[in-house]
Amino acid sequence: MDQKVLKRLVESISKSVNSFKKSEIECFIRIFHNVVGRGDVKLANVGLDRNTFRVILHSIFGMTDDVLMNRVFFAFDKDNDNYINVKEWVKGLSVFLRGTFEEKLKFCFEVYYFNGDGYISRERIYDMLKNSLHQQSPEEETDEGIRELVDIALKKMDYDNDGRISFADFEKAVKEDRLLLEVFGPCLPDAKVQWQQRIGLGEIFKDLKRNPC
Amino acid sequence: MGVALTRSAQWTAAGHGAKTLEVTPLNEAIVKEIIMFVESFIYKYPQEANYVFVEPLEWKTNLDPSAFGSGYAVREIRLNPGTVKNDIELLKQFSGKGKQTVLESIEYTSDYEFSNGCRAPPWRQIKGEICYVLVKPHDAETLCVTCSKEGVFLNGGKTDDEGQINYERKGEIYKDLVTLLKEKSAIFSENMSKQEIKFSEQPQKDQPNEAPKEEVAITHKASVTSRKSTQEKNRINLGRSQLTKRLEPSLNWRTSVSSKESRNTLRDTQVEKHGGKLEKSRSSVSPGRAQLIRKSVEKIEEIISDSSSESEEDEEQPDHRQEANADLPSEYWQIQKLVKYLKGGNQTATVIALCSMKDFNLAQETCQLAIRDVGGLEVLINLLETDEVKCKIGSLKILKEISHNPQIRRNIVDLGGLPVMVNILDSPHKSLKCLAAETIANVAKFRRARRVVRRHGGITKLVALLDCGKHSGEPAQSSLYETRDVEVARCGALALWSCSKSYANKEAIRKAGGIPLLARLLKTSHENMLIPVVGTLQECASEENYRAAIKAERIIENLVKNLNSENEQLQEHCAMAIYQCAEDEETRDLVRLHGGLKPLASLLNNTDNKERLAAVTGAIWKCSISKENVTKFREYKAIETLVGLLTDQPEEVLVNVVGALGECCQEHENRVIIRRCGGIQPLVNLLVGINQALLVNVTKAVGACAVEPESMMIIDRLDGVRLLWSLLKNPHPDVKASAAWALCPCIQNAKDAGEMVRSFVGGLELVVNLLKSDNKEVLASVCAVITNIAKDQENLAVITDHGVVPLLSKLANTNNDKLRRHLAETISRCCMWGRNRVAFGEHKAVAPLVRYLKSNDTNVHRATAQALYQLSEDADNCVTMHENGAVKTSFSKYQPMVCVITKPCEHGSRAIGNYIENIRHPGDKSKSFADHNKTVT
Repeated sequence: MDQKVLKRLVESISKSVNSFKKSEIECFIRIFHNVVGRGDVKLANVGLDRNTFRVILHSIFGMTDDVLMNRVFFAFDKDNDNYINVKEWVKGLSVFLRGTFEEKLKFCFEVYYFNGDGYISRERIYDMLKNSLHQQSPEEETDEGIRELVDIALKKMDYDNDGRISFADFEKAVKEDRLLLEVFGPCLPDAKVQWQQRIGLGEIFKDLKRNPC
Repeated sequence: MGVALTRSAQWTAAGHGAKTLEVTPLNEAIVKEIIMFVESFIYKYPQEANYVFVEPLEWKTNLDPSAFGSGYAVREIRLNPGTVKNDIELLKQFSGKGKQTVLESIEYTSDYEFSNGCRAPPWRQIKGEICYVLVKPHDAETLCVTCSKEGVFLNGGKTDDEGQINYERKGEIYKDLVTLLKEKSAIFSENMSKQEIKFSEQPQKDQPNEAPKEEVAITHKASVTSRKSTQEKNRINLGRSQLTKRLEPSLNWRTSVSSKESRNTLRDTQVEKHGGKLEKSRSSVSPGRAQLIRKSVEKIEEIISDSSSESEEDEEQPDHRQEANADLPSEYWQIQKLVKYLKGGNQTATVIALCSMKDFNLAQETCQLAIRDVGGLEVLINLLETDEVKCKIGSLKILKEISHNPQIRRNIVDLGGLPVMVNILDSPHKSLKCLAAETIANVAKFRRARRVVRRHGGITKLVALLDCGKHSGEPAQSSLYETRDVEVARCGALALWSCSKSYANKEAIRKAGGIPLLARLLKTSHENMLIPVVGTLQECASEENYRAAIKAERIIENLVKNLNSENEQLQEHCAMAIYQCAEDEETRDLVRLHGGLKPLASLLNNTDNKERLAAVTGAIWKCSISKENVTKFREYKAIETLVGLLTDQPEEVLVNVVGALGECCQEHENRVIIRRCGGIQPLVNLLVGINQALLVNVTKAVGACAVEPESMMIIDRLDGVRLLWSLLKNPHPDVKASAAWALCPCIQNAKDAGEMVRSFVGGLELVVNLLKSDNKEVLASVCAVITNIAKDQENLAVITDHGVVPLLSKLANTNNDKLRRHLAETISRCCMWGRNRVAFGEHKAVAPLVRYLKSNDTNVHRATAQALYQLSEDADNCVTMHENGAVKTSFSKYQPMVCVITKPCEHGSRAIGNYIENIRHPGDKSKSFADHNKTVT
């Protein structure tokens, strides 16, 4: 990989990403490069496709929910071209791993309202929660249970009582109780990863380096 | 009231038969309250009090419940789980095959009985349903019956496929099961009447608690009796709850007493109890403070949760499950729904349910108990064992709130919640650690819980949490992490504070190296941290080990420093800690050397916060045991301020104020100050109180004042001596003794003391009779009083008539040096009348007195020498003395005597000299002894 190109890339990314040191940005670019596996092509023009990204989310960040992994993908993919380019990659990871509370708040909201009109609607909540009850009773009853659960969540978070959750609602609810940050399912690295990243970012991707997907 | 009391009272575990009240502080308080009510009732309404109620009184009333207004609990419930259960159990006994039985079979549809006695599922309980029974009469198909609070009716029966019950009512509502069955089955009706006699013979013990109150009582009015008795004939005990509208027993009482005043008292007690409940959550926030201020409202509750370190009070109290017949609040089923999600949901659903549950008013008992009653506690505790940090946090946030409730605490311990929380203390997640520690702080409010924490290594882990300052040396730490570390330490201290109320935990904290860590945290400036830290130290300072360590770790210095804090609670705990530690002389000096006396003195001027005032006056009391400190307090004008606090203060403050004044009074200068600022009158006024600790201190202070003749005149004028004298009748020995000691200077300094003493009718007899006490301190003090009384010949004659000589003689065989000294002095004084000398000899007082000379106490020697001198004027006594060691040839036996003589006590030596003169006189037997002594003298 061309050192000059790399350096320029690091410089340009570091202007918009404050939470990583330049060496860390470089490290992420290398990882990206590794994963994409096409060192010869100009980095700016390639990206991670959804499946590759989901593998990373699953194997490194411990995510399991397909629906949510897709949404996290779209939250990373700012330009909606169905690929995560290197800038989106580093930017996304910075929120993921070192994000401030406000950044994470926005990120999670984006994941949850995905492709909507800026509100998390009752239907969307239903979609996200539909697998959250263990199947133990007939289909119908589980369905009723989920609807009730949606009501509970709305009652808790819909401050302006318009039947949907705006960003203001979301922000207020989460500020009151941080547990609500990932209220509709895990979309941030789990606690274990967060501990590891205190030790060192390289640590997290150790497996990935050794065994690129 | 009866029901309320039955529930509050703590019963012994009894399998069968009547339960008895356990001897616990709570029960004592309840019984006392009842006695107080009953006693005053007898005097206020002597006529009414003459009626004897063999059974509780019950009658029909035209009063509508609404007429009672607020403040009364009116029950309009016909059936409750207890009565229904009794009916069914009884019917079961008379069911089976054969013609004699009333039914073929009767069975519940569900084996599971909820804690409230119901078997209906909770959502049906909301509708008042208690249980469902399948009844097979001899002459009809199986009936499926719903028993509800409203009555009994047939329901839709069991659906064939799933065994579910169709809950819908299919018939009339009957007032009870028997009535329904009589209607549905002729054979039942017939056989039932045959069984009637047997039924009424059923022993009462089958129906604990609630049964008796429902019996129809025999009343004292003939007309009523006859009416009732006809009813009674047709009635089976079974259908016990037949009155359509029955008021609570408490209400019956009130109306039967039918007096406005007693109503009020009763209502007050109820309000009081209610008030106590409300206070509960508040008072439990600060474990340490309960020990000082006792508001009467909190009385009963306080007794339960007494946090004094000395008495390891176990606050376990009976489990109040939600009453079945109380209407289930709406929160109940909402919470039940949430618990369902906790059980059957994944992490996401669980977190939503947890967050939603937190929105309930978890400080409210209804919600706390609802969570428990729908099985929520088990789930919450299970969540703590999962790997999901979010679930653990959510669960702990709820447990932390509801564990303010004493019952919930107990349930958490029973469900094994504590070991799990103790494990979480090791988690790397700081907020998780904090929550676990805070919850432990709430749960460990009773002894068993504290023991569990210790046994699972919790104390060591909690002490480890205190070690947050590790990085304090490194400057580069970001402030955020530092704040969180401080928070961890604070929560650790909070939990240790609760745990430190058990002796073994104090030891464990010390062994885990907690004291240096606490000492270090004490140097920080975080007020939130300082309060639990000082609280823990204050609690532990009851132990000698700690007081030594507190001295060694230079903790006093920081306690003194924090007396100057702005935070009143912190000031309070620092003062409390000083109060505990200042029993030790060196510590008292340290408080002075670090400049602690001045802030203490100036805190006296702020009297609004009574808890703090009590702690501050306590510290001043203990500090003023050292004379140098008293001098300082005098400099700071604290004595004047203390005198000002003798009125309008709660007893907790008064005890300490008077205690401090008592110490100050040991010096002439201060006694003058107290007199000059008018302190004697309020002190004498306090002699009429009932608080035992206060009386001990007041008598001491008054006695100390009486040393000044000028003050004595005031005391006399205020009738203080009479008040002191009547305290000799106080049931508590400490008060008796203290009053007796105080009387001594009074008699010494009063003008016409003899006349004064005689003026107390029956006073002398009272004093003499106190010689029958079995308390050594009382005996010694009474001896001292008698010594002073006997200075007046006339009074000596009177007490002789009251038999003082045999009583004193009986006491002679004692090893207690204090008693020996005063006894010897009294004997010596009493010898001055009539043939008392001879009488002491006859009552065998002489021989034991001789043995007093072997004591190591010079005061005993001196007094004994005098007594022996007085006694030796009787020849027979001299013989006894000889026989008991004075004349035996062995030299060693004389050694004590020799010691006395050689001791530099002129008075004693002279007495011994005289004594030897006398002892030599009666015969030659003593020659060798006397010769020997002559050489020594």
